[in-house]
Amino acid sequence: MIKSNSGIRKTDVINRRMFIIGAAKVVVFVGIVARLFSLQINENKKYLTLSDKNRIREWKLPPTRGNIVDYFGNVIAGNLKVYQLHIIPEQVENFNYLLVRLKNLLNLSDKRIARIQKLKAELKPWDSIIVSENLSWSQFVKINNYLYDLVGVKPVMTISRNYPFDDVYTHVLGYVSQPNEQEILENETIQERFVPGMKIGKLGLEKRLENHLIGTNAIQRYEVNAYGKRINQLEHQKGEQGSKIRLTVDTEIQKACGKLLNEKAGSISVMDIYTGDIIAMYSSPSYDPNLFLFGISQDEWQLIRNNPLKPLINKTLSGLYSPGSTIKPIVALSALENNVIDTKFKVKCTGKMELYGQTFHCWKEKGHGWVSLKNAMKQSCDTYFYQVARLLGVDRLNITAENFGLGKKVLGEYFDNEKKGLFPNTKWKKNNLGKGWVLGETLITGIGQGYTQTTPLQLCMMTAQIANGGYAIKPKIIVDSNPISYEDAKQSMESGLLFDTDSEELLDKKLFKNQKNIKIVQEAMFASTNERFGTSYKSRIDDPKYQFAGKTGTAQVKRISKRERELDLELEQIPYKDRDHALYVAYGPYVNPRYALSIIVEHGGSGSKAAAPIAKKLFKLIVDRHELRNKQSNFERITI
Amino acid sequence: MFQHDRLSNEITLLQKIKSLDYILLISVILLSALSVLVMYSTDGGEILFHTKNHLVKLTVFFPLMILIAFFNIKFWHNFSYIIYIIVMLLLIYVSFFGIKSSGSQRWMDLYLFVLQPSELMKVAIIMCLAKYYHRLKIENVNSFTSITIVLSIIIIPIIFVIAQPDLGTSILIALSGLIILWLGGMKIKYFIYSFITFLISLPFIISFLKPYQKLRILTFLDPDRDPLGAGYQIIQSKIAIGSGGLNGKGFLKGTQSYLDFLPEKHTDFIFTLFSEEFGFIGSVGLLILYSIIIFRIVRIGAISRSNFARLFCFGYAFAIFIYIVVNLSMVLGLLPIVGSPLPVMSYGGSSMLATMIGFGIVLSAKINHKQMIA
Repeated sequence: MIKSNSGIRKTDVINRRMFIIGAAKVVVFVGIVARLFSLQINENKKYLTLSDKNRIREWKLPPTRGNIVDYFGNVIAGNLKVYQLHIIPEQVENFNYLLVRLKNLLNLSDKRIARIQKLKAELKPWDSIIVSENLSWSQFVKINNYLYDLVGVKPVMTISRNYPFDDVYTHVLGYVSQPNEQEILENETIQERFVPGMKIGKLGLEKRLENHLIGTNAIQRYEVNAYGKRINQLEHQKGEQGSKIRLTVDTEIQKACGKLLNEKAGSISVMDIYTGDIIAMYSSPSYDPNLFLFGISQDEWQLIRNNPLKPLINKTLSGLYSPGSTIKPIVALSALENNVIDTKFKVKCTGKMELYGQTFHCWKEKGHGWVSLKNAMKQSCDTYFYQVARLLGVDRLNITAENFGLGKKVLGEYFDNEKKGLFPNTKWKKNNLGKGWVLGETLITGIGQGYTQTTPLQLCMMTAQIANGGYAIKPKIIVDSNPISYEDAKQSMESGLLFDTDSEELLDKKLFKNQKNIKIVQEAMFASTNERFGTSYKSRIDDPKYQFAGKTGTAQVKRISKRERELDLELEQIPYKDRDHALYVAYGPYVNPRYALSIIVEHGGSGSKAAAPIAKKLFKLIVDRHELRNKQSNFERITI
Repeated sequence: MFQHDRLSNEITLLQKIKSLDYILLISVILLSALSVLVMYSTDGGEILFHTKNHLVKLTVFFPLMILIAFFNIKFWHNFSYIIYIIVMLLLIYVSFFGIKSSGSQRWMDLYLFVLQPSELMKVAIIMCLAKYYHRLKIENVNSFTSITIVLSIIIIPIIFVIAQPDLGTSILIALSGLIILWLGGMKIKYFIYSFITFLISLPFIISFLKPYQKLRILTFLDPDRDPLGAGYQIIQSKIAIGSGGLNGKGFLKGTQSYLDFLPEKHTDFIFTLFSEEFGFIGSVGLLILYSIIIFRIVRIGAISRSNFARLFCFGYAFAIFIYIVVNLSMVLGLLPIVGSPLPVMSYGGSSMLATMIGFGIVLSAKINHKQMIA
């Protein structure tokens, strides 16, 4: 009985204690349910977001660059479908075998194979390796034919920059290529949109207009697993192509410039004298920007770099030349404006001029005899201009020259590589060379030698401003949102006021004191081309539709020694590097002029023989394109 | 008394089948079915390795449970000490000749499957202590000798399990043992004193922990201190559960598990996957199912005539409860990560074997609830 009592007591203890535990159990379970509730109901949104963040990964695709078109809408920098070959390592059964097969099919170099091997080691097995960025169509077809044998290989179609006119616009457009680290860091837009394989503008307008051209990334959303492997695609968000940019240039004329300067070093610029539109801007020799898209080969690069004609330099904007006699219209205009001379003023040219024991030669050894302004300009008499410059003084000449755009950048911010050149004065020399101005220097400045340095585009703009009656223009190469028509430009110039779209105010664009003086200079330039004994008489066109006025120039590269002057060598007898630069500036048609141009042929010899004949060939085309251009003027307005 | 013995001997097989606890049985079957579904989901919606193995284990261990149930509870009472000693010997064997895996030595190869004796110890210790307290006179419960003996019964296996090392299982063994001590009538003040002593000595205990164990505690206190390393598991687990919401993402649609963000999703973190796919409603449902099982076991204990059966059922019900609480607290970020499976749901043969043996003995207690044991 005791035992059974004890047993009952024990059972009581067990039951009582079980009850306490039972209560505790309920409390704990309620606690767990509360925790579940807080995680799954209260904080559900937070954890859903975190879960999506875990599983959804975005892949940015390279944006599509905007097209650049010429004035007529022809694409000069566009996009092209290219065929690429990718390998996805995890799908490859035998990597080495595959490489051997591809090597044979595509003629890959050993270096390329080594690079692929290295990439394979660095990347995750599901990240694709780009074997070839640009397969030819025949290679692409070949790969597709053998695809059954090339497991893990993926032929891909993508979009790449393309310059359909090859080397015609290289110096204007520049080119695109893969950015380096610094370029990514410097530009926030590039930084934001950068994806491997993307290309950015490296030079020229491609670089300057990067933020307009770049476009937005297409975005692909993928579901990924914990190791970052893509499982399936959730969404594809299309990117927007970059802005389209329309230039003022005319591809036909630009192409003609290229042909005319073929195998020569030099530059041609053509400008609308009223609107400042740049019609053509060609620097020779050029190079093919398409070479840079997929990484230029060392051989090709060396070929461009070591070319003695220096294709990498944009001669139109960064080439600095003595203007030679092409400065004479400005010297004449300055002297007329300052009342130093008039049309009756005459100088006797004996072939040379002595000053303080120094001899200054005219190009014509026998001399021109008594010459007036018109004849001096026509025959490019140096003695006359020595004399005029002496009377005028370099400081007054400097003011006129700078008014007409010398010593200043023409396109300003658009091109990094544009140089501003130099037109000297006494103050400049004192400040920069620490010496006083010498009168002899005034004389040679008067014939465009000495310190003066100009770019071909500056000479073109200078000529344009003489041609339009002496009004300041603002050259441009991009058709802006509010393009001014030729009629409006001309009218506002003639009324003496011009509405400036940038500063939004009426500006006095008059560059002269007396318009008669401009007329005198224009007539003198006309005579130089269209009257007998004019330096470019041989290059004239008699048809008034194409008739133009111009001024030749021959810029010495080195000082001519007495001995050389006596020898009077033919061009071919002088070493290339020592030959004179040939220059020519012109505008036309003479009646109702519309276009100005400047031509420079490096080491081409005399302006009348090497440069002026190019103008003759070009002017016909420029004038013929004029009507088409007029029709096209309201073609499309693009805001950038 | 003799009569009772004879009575129980006369129970036929049909009677045994009739007197099985069907609510418990159906709950276990439901739980098993659910576990197969979840395992199928961890395999990514295919019948692969884990699903197949889990199914095989269920089909072997479920009949084993019924078989155990058909033995008289007296039989299990008689063999309790021997079972404890056998499991103890296995533990000793494992500590010398066991299979090493990921830094711990807790398994033995039984050709057909790999056995983890420490899991069996979770049940064996309850049997052993239940028998001890069944036989112990109530007056002697708090005597020095008896306390020394029961503490030894608990501490000896724990030493071997900790040495494996396996902190999670040793804690569960300790708690399973302590609950019998509590139910057996050990003075409440002893529990309070030892709890206080435990708290005081906690810093010393921590200093004895292995570096990875310390890291787990630190990570528990602040999972964000190393989100990609030690804190990764708990962060991903909370994301999975939290993103499940009220209704869950749907069967086979749990992105966290499907995309491999969940670690150990087959074993310790199985609830995470379940909760992600079936949401708050499913999770509470699972808890209710477990509660039914626990409640049924307690009820069987309560109707049992023998104190052995009563102690075993109450102790085992508590053990199941503790397994669930430790596992859920871990995946919900309420406790540091200690390896502890969720009964039946988690993939793992030994854990399921032990659980099914436990259920079997409980069912045997039900069939023989009128049985008195001398």
